[in-house]
Amino acid sequence: MDSSTAAAEEGTNNAPPGGGGRRAGAEILLAARGITKRFGSIAANADVDLVINKGEIHALLGENGAGKSTLVKILYGALQPDAGSVEWQGKPVRVASPAAARSLGIGMVFQHFSLFEALSVSENIALALEKPGTMRSLGERIRAVSREYGLPLDPDALVADLPVGIRQRIEIVRCLLQAPRLIIMDEPTSVLTPQEADELFLTLKRLASEGCAVLYISHRLEEVQRICHHATILRHGKVVAECDPTLETPGSLARMMVGAEIANVAAASRPNETSPVRLSARSLSLAPATPFAVPLTGVTVEVKAGEVVAIAGVAGNGQGELFDALTGERRTAAGMVTIDGTPCGQEGITRRRQRGAAFVPEERLGHGAVPGFRLSSNILLTRHATDDGLVKGGFVAFGRIGEMEKRIKQVYDVRMSHDDPEARSLSGGNLQKFVVGREMSRNPGVLIVNQPTWGVDAGAAALIRQALVDLSRKGSAVLVISQDLDEIYEIADRIAVISRGHLSPAEPAAAMTRERIGLLMAGGAEAGTAAPAPVTAAAGGA
Amino acid sequence: MRIVLIKRAEHSRLMTGLSPVIAVALTMLSAALLFAIAGHDAGLALYKFFIEPMTDLWSLQELLVKAVPLVLIACGLSICYLSNNWNIGAEGQFVMGALAGSVLPVLFPAFDNGLTLPLMLLFGAAGGALYALVPAVLKIRFNTNEILVSLMLVYVANLTLDYLVRGPWRDPAGFNFPETALFSASAMLPTIGDGRLSVSLYAAIAVAILLSLLLARTLKGFEIRVLGESPRAGSFAGFSQKRMTVFAFMVSGGLAGLAGIMEVAGSLGQLQPTISPGYGFTAIIVAFLGRLNPLAIVVAGFVLALSYIGGESVQASMGISDKIASVVQGMLLFFVLACDTLILYRIKLQFGQTAKGGHAHV
Repeated sequence: MDSSTAAAEEGTNNAPPGGGGRRAGAEILLAARGITKRFGSIAANADVDLVINKGEIHALLGENGAGKSTLVKILYGALQPDAGSVEWQGKPVRVASPAAARSLGIGMVFQHFSLFEALSVSENIALALEKPGTMRSLGERIRAVSREYGLPLDPDALVADLPVGIRQRIEIVRCLLQAPRLIIMDEPTSVLTPQEADELFLTLKRLASEGCAVLYISHRLEEVQRICHHATILRHGKVVAECDPTLETPGSLARMMVGAEIANVAAASRPNETSPVRLSARSLSLAPATPFAVPLTGVTVEVKAGEVVAIAGVAGNGQGELFDALTGERRTAAGMVTIDGTPCGQEGITRRRQRGAAFVPEERLGHGAVPGFRLSSNILLTRHATDDGLVKGGFVAFGRIGEMEKRIKQVYDVRMSHDDPEARSLSGGNLQKFVVGREMSRNPGVLIVNQPTWGVDAGAAALIRQALVDLSRKGSAVLVISQDLDEIYEIADRIAVISRGHLSPAEPAAAMTRERIGLLMAGGAEAGTAAPAPVTAAAGGA
Repeated sequence: MRIVLIKRAEHSRLMTGLSPVIAVALTMLSAALLFAIAGHDAGLALYKFFIEPMTDLWSLQELLVKAVPLVLIACGLSICYLSNNWNIGAEGQFVMGALAGSVLPVLFPAFDNGLTLPLMLLFGAAGGALYALVPAVLKIRFNTNEILVSLMLVYVANLTLDYLVRGPWRDPAGFNFPETALFSASAMLPTIGDGRLSVSLYAAIAVAILLSLLLARTLKGFEIRVLGESPRAGSFAGFSQKRMTVFAFMVSGGLAGLAGIMEVAGSLGQLQPTISPGYGFTAIIVAFLGRLNPLAIVVAGFVLALSYIGGESVQASMGISDKIASVVQGMLLFFVLACDTLILYRIKLQFGQTAKGGHAHV
């Protein structure tokens, strides 16, 4: 700890005008000391110290499960620490509840939005304020504050009509209306296009220059390097380092987080141009199933044997609907989906699995796995009709399933506290390894994965990505739907972008720059409108 | 001090077995309290209610007579509830089964041979199943609420029975009593011993064993549990929610209908304006007390049958209204559902904290 603090102080001499580096002589805003929180036998936080200065953008880094969320929940009053103290502007305080945190001046922008889609922007904000006043005056305040910080918002717009980037603005403006001294942001850019993220960074810098501190949680090390003045790094619930991120490289930051080098995905060979097409969607259109769903419009994509095609896009642009149409959970016209040349748009998911396809949905619990079922039963979920002999004459062969569970657990390094636990008790990363492993162990000819490493720690993510590439190189067609551009660049041979239910043509990964993907995400995938979506007007228009 | 519920990582095996036992204990405690408040000797009343019915042969046999329909209906309901289909109308399906099964002996008394009884049972099961199909089809076609529809159909069934036994089906030689003619011997189930207990007892046990095999060992059983626990995962597995709704309603309706015709062809011997002391509703409690497990439902059916006999017993010997039986049944359902919380949560007492609305599941 001491040595790393020293390293941080070195950084203070080195404050470049662009933002990085801790400012000398800045006042301490919040000091948490010796924070310890145990859940059962696991120490989620062990003797954690965190000091945030006024006007500082402070990064909190760490893998999933490193204890970031626990620490943040303690600071925001949602959890009580077992030991340790918090000082706010020099005075010891006890943050008993989120309401208490808000009255101190601590605001939080959550990773998963807590907005009501059927309500307007100002109605959503009114719900979170203690004294919202009249809707008209609140609307004016929202307009004023949002314009002032470069986050223009229409208070009367319906949340359901707004793209995700704007929804996040609502959360931020909601925070700003409470005049916070410290804003905690949990993975704010995970749902934004690169351009939207740039706008967010401007706002954050503006806030910092006004003396408001930001505690910034992110997996994206490039971002942290760009905008943060100081970083605290957690591993296994302990602070392992503090540093000035501007003086580090993404690689060195990753090493501190993980404690080891992360293997890069190795692709053995490039796919062959003349390989047969194993999976295709042709002019796939699908009406929305619910008022808030996205219609698919003429989606066309082909995946050849031996290649990984990735579909990039901001969440909620039709990825889920496309996945459902490709799996057969929703039917289409027969010719819209083909597997190995056979039109199967009319076939159900079981029939498509029998044709050699395998699927991994975005939602692990409740879609890819039944939370209250043991892992062995969850194997049966997708393998009951494939030729594994798990069901004989209507009876389940529990012995075989047990063997298969052990094999998957071993090959895909699924860690568990005891044998064959219920799916819900596994951590996100471990469950994802299991769900991916369950499908991979079939050696499927076609694999369709939605958000393969969402919420998965770096080590497990590397393992999963490598497995996806390896599968494709053995002659399978792999289609990956992902929001994570780093991941896409790591594994994809070709990239397409989905935006409001339209899909851009897949192009070789080398030819796709981040800027181009960003423009396609922001509406360029629909022919004609290449400009980024303005505040609200175009949102409902697709 | 406040009581906080903390979510467990997994189902507690201990509590899965223990929660019905705790519920029964809490029910007995509350019943004792009720007896005491009403000014009776609580200990004696408890004895008369819960213990005495098991001490002589006649009431033991009566217990079985009442447990059989409860078990049959509750076994079917367990399929419904496990698959997330809320059939509340088993009482109506019971009555419709009895009506459909009685068509032969009432309208065609001349058709009187070895086929009569098997056909009656078949008609009974079919009648109950078809009647249960109504809420199922309305649910999958028009997204109606099956709880409401199946419940309301109970009144339709009861009024139909009432109309038939007072009108077209009344025994012409019955001195205007609202009853059908007594069934002939070949339309009656063989009895066990010489009381009211019929071979329907064996049917109930066989059904419980078959359904527990179905649930524990077969793909169909897996499908039922997946669709109940997580419909989205069920559709990902390739199972159809709609087909399951039809299946579950037909199985439970069929078993309720079978129980209905067996009641008529077993212990009653004719149709009367009322043929059930609320079996279809009490079976809901039986299903939950048995944790939706057909084998445990056999035991739970016995416990609930006890509440009927116990109610009569305290009325006869201590002058306590036999409505106490309904009260005890209601409390039992309440405690069973409450205790089920312990399976996935554990209770923690927190002292010295006044903070409101924390993160915990309170």
